[in-house]
Amino acid sequence: MSGKKSTTVEVRLPTRLGFEKVAMATASSVAKLMGFPDDRVEDLKTAVAEACINAIEHGNSLNEKLSVGVVLSAGTDELEVKVIDDGTGIKHQPAKPDIDRKMHGEEDPRGMGMFLIQALVDEAEWVAGTDGKSSYVRLVIKLDKGA
Amino acid sequence: MQSETKSRVDQITSPAGQPVTVLRFEGDIASTSKAAVLGTYQALPKSEVKLLLLDFTKVDYINSSGIAVIIQLLIEAAGAGQKVSAFGLSAHFNKVFTMVGITKYAGLFPTQVEALASL
Repeated sequence: MSGKKSTTVEVRLPTRLGFEKVAMATASSVAKLMGFPDDRVEDLKTAVAEACINAIEHGNSLNEKLSVGVVLSAGTDELEVKVIDDGTGIKHQPAKPDIDRKMHGEEDPRGMGMFLIQALVDEAEWVAGTDGKSSYVRLVIKLDKGA
Repeated sequence: MQSETKSRVDQITSPAGQPVTVLRFEGDIASTSKAAVLGTYQALPKSEVKLLLLDFTKVDYINSSGIAVIIQLLIEAAGAGQKVSAFGLSAHFNKVFTMVGITKYAGLFPTQVEALASL
C-alpha cells in the first residue's frame, strides 16, 4: 500500500440490513493495510456502517431489487469512502441529537447516524445525484489524525 | 447477516447489600434487538428492580438503531425510578455512548466490579 497512486476497492451490497458489516470489514482491512491505528479503524467502521444503513433504509427504501455501492479509494495519507444509493439524497441535515429531548419523549430515540458519521471521520459530505438517483455520502479519514 | 441478540438476566448483590439486576447481552445490538433488549427488560418486575446493570462484555457490534433501543430502555427505567449503569463496552463504543450523551443517564464502567462499586 505504498506509493502515491490511489488504490480503489469496490463492494456492492444487497439492500438488506446486516450487510453493512461486509462494508465495515472491507473498510477495516483497507485501513489496516494503510497503517491506521486501531482506534481510527473502529471510528471508520462505525461511520461506514451508519452510511450503509442510511443507504439501505432511506436511500434505497429497503428495496431489495436495488444495491448499495461502496467505493474505497486509498491515497497516501487518507482513505475516501463513497457509499452510493438510488435515492434522491438528503434535503437537509437533521439537527444534532439531544439526549435530554430523547429522554423526555420530545425527539425520536433514533436519528443519530449522520451525527455519528460527522463526529467520527475527518470529512463527510452528502451529495444528491444529478439524475434524481445515484446519491452518495463521501467520507474521508486522514492517516495522521490521532497518530 | 446480523448476529442474533441474546439476553440473560442475573440477580446479584451490591457491596452495600442491595439487590441488583444484571441484563447480559450477547451478539449485535441493532434494530433487530428490540425484543431481546427491551422485551427482556419489560418482563422484569418493575416494582422490585431498583438497580440495573447492562452487561455489554459479549457485544461486538452496536449501531445507531441499537443505541436507540438502549435509549428506549433508559427512558422506561427513568420513568420507573431505576438507577442504570453499564459495563463491558469496548473503548470505541464507550466513546460513542459518551458522544450521544448516554453518560448523563447511565454510568459507564469497564467491569462489573467497578459498576457494582458505584451503586
